[in-house]
Amino acid sequence: MRKMLIALACTVMVATGCSSGSHGRAVYLLVDTSGTYTKEVDRANAIINYLLGTLEPGDSFAVARIDSASFSEKDIIARVTFADQPTKANDQKRAFRQAMTQFFSNLHAAKYTDIRGGLLQAAEWLHETGAGDRHILVFSDLKEELPPGNKRDFKLPLKGTSVVALNVAKLRPDQVDPKRYLKRVDMWRERVTNAGGDFRVINDLSRLDGLLKG
Amino acid sequence: MSPSELLNVWSSTPALSAAVWLVLLVTALYLARRPAHELIAATGRIGERGLRLAAHAIRRGETLLARRNREVLLGMAAESVERDIEREFERVSTVVNRDLAGYPALQRELHQIITQIDEDYRDATQVPPMPPPWTEAIDAVAKIEAKDPMVAQVLDDIRGTLDKSGRRALEQHRKETKRRHGLLKRMLPYWRGLSGKLRAVSSQITGLDERAGKIDAHMERYEGIRSGADATVRTLSSSSLTQFLIAGLVLVVATFGGIINFHLIALPMSEMVGGGSYIGSMKTADVAALVIIMVEITMGLFFMESLRITRLFPVIGALDDRKRRAMAWTAFTFLVVLAGIESALAYMRDMLAADQQALVSMLSSAGGSSSEITAEGGGNATFHWIPAVGQMLLGFILPFALTFVAIPLESFVHSARTVLGVVTIGVLRALATVLRVAAAVSRAVAHALIQAYDVIIFLPLAIERLARGARVPGRGKSTGPEGGR
Repeated sequence: MRKMLIALACTVMVATGCSSGSHGRAVYLLVDTSGTYTKEVDRANAIINYLLGTLEPGDSFAVARIDSASFSEKDIIARVTFADQPTKANDQKRAFRQAMTQFFSNLHAAKYTDIRGGLLQAAEWLHETGAGDRHILVFSDLKEELPPGNKRDFKLPLKGTSVVALNVAKLRPDQVDPKRYLKRVDMWRERVTNAGGDFRVINDLSRLDGLLKG
Repeated sequence: MSPSELLNVWSSTPALSAAVWLVLLVTALYLARRPAHELIAATGRIGERGLRLAAHAIRRGETLLARRNREVLLGMAAESVERDIEREFERVSTVVNRDLAGYPALQRELHQIITQIDEDYRDATQVPPMPPPWTEAIDAVAKIEAKDPMVAQVLDDIRGTLDKSGRRALEQHRKETKRRHGLLKRMLPYWRGLSGKLRAVSSQITGLDERAGKIDAHMERYEGIRSGADATVRTLSSSSLTQFLIAGLVLVVATFGGIINFHLIALPMSEMVGGGSYIGSMKTADVAALVIIMVEITMGLFFMESLRITRLFPVIGALDDRKRRAMAWTAFTFLVVLAGIESALAYMRDMLAADQQALVSMLSSAGGSSSEITAEGGGNATFHWIPAVGQMLLGFILPFALTFVAIPLESFVHSARTVLGVVTIGVLRALATVLRVAAAVSRAVAHALIQAYDVIIFLPLAIERLARGARVPGRGKSTGPEGGR
């Protein structure tokens, strides 16, 4: 029956083409695990839960941590492309949630914060998924601290990718001089837009409805 | 050369230069007056004639369309009445076959009853036995004078015998009368039976009489349509518009039914064909759901067509009865199968919704913002089967409900032809009027331009008139200000 229906539908719409990849969404969530940001685990969980509830069959989702050297496959905590069948996709979501619970229960703070390495890793993975709608969510204060010797002076391949900075915490020096915070956000916006991406900041996590829009 | 340079070409004083330009322009216009007038008039005429021609062509097209529309309207109405008459004749045929097929048997029965009644009647009318014939002889003996005692004795005996005989005859007569009454009594059920049978025949004849009356009415309508009277056409147009609106309304309702049906099966369809694949910009699951609904509607159309309820496909209507019946059964079987599939999909939808609810519940309780956690998953499980059964029933019923879309669709398609024709005629008529008005405007504009031209060159014209007046004394007075034209 399934084959018959697909064949029938594809025959009718052969001129327009029958595809799955370019219509799918792919979301890569980078979670900052450096310093005091490990205390924001609850909020990160809320975002992951929201995404698991929002993403549909055929979409891809990955969660990775930002640590001292984030340009690594090892930093990807879990990744999945949801099956086409809704019931299977729901099972995958449950398994994903379990993996997250396990990760957050054994979380250790990283010494440095390599955001650009994480972004590069995210961009590569998103490209591999072949999804038409690509999103990188950065759950971080956007304060990058690289270990000595690490070079990150490259142009990020973010063309057609939406980058959303979530919960950009105001640090103590930011409270003294808010210009530092604004400057930091502007610097990231410039980096992302120069790389062909789209940059947004969402600090109010109760307004996640528009998270994957645009 | 810029406009300012042009202005200063005759003099450094702009006013003087402008005056020179004005004089030159007016002179040039005066000299070119006649050809300019002819040009303006010709342009106006061309515009007017062209527009009138276009208006005329449109009017002709409108007339043709109106004639065609009238023919279509009358043709459709004639077809409809023919169908009505055909149906009435079929009903008459059914009545005749069903009720009057037993007419010979009824006639036989009636004949038997009448014969029986006749025989009984004849028996009942038999003359009672007459008194014995020797009574006349007794009369003669009775006239003898009874002086002799012997004779008196004989006469007494005779009287006794006569009395006895009379009593016997009376008794016999009473017995015969009783028998006749018995026979007449036996006739009663026959009379009642006869009366009943005649009443039944009468009622059947009355039914046929009513049908005949209806056929007469249809025939009257048919004759009106055939004669193509304007009043009939107007009535048919109005009826067509009413049908168009009603059928359109029913189709809108059916569309909503289709949308409900679509939402009922689109989600579970993703479990069958996958929720992540797309055809064009639409999900494959949505396309598959739409295809199923379209197939259901098509099967419904074929089913209605095979039953000769609608006549959208003349080929199906023209099939012989056996093939048509086979087609109807095939379409009905497909409908039942599709209704079963929809019912199963509706049940699956409920299962998927429950699974999704469980996932949301799990995600809400697994860490994160506990303030957003709700007990949505913990609904009353006792009544959980009610929506599931409801959805299944809806999934089974909707395909059959959509089958009936064929009836308003046929009315809509047929009446749309007429309504569209009427609308197009109205548009063409309006367009023709606009073109005729534009033609009149073109002529008036040309006339106004000629007048305006003369206003610009009024000075040389006045000089010309004066000069002519000086050359022909006395004429200038008579011509007046119009003389120069």
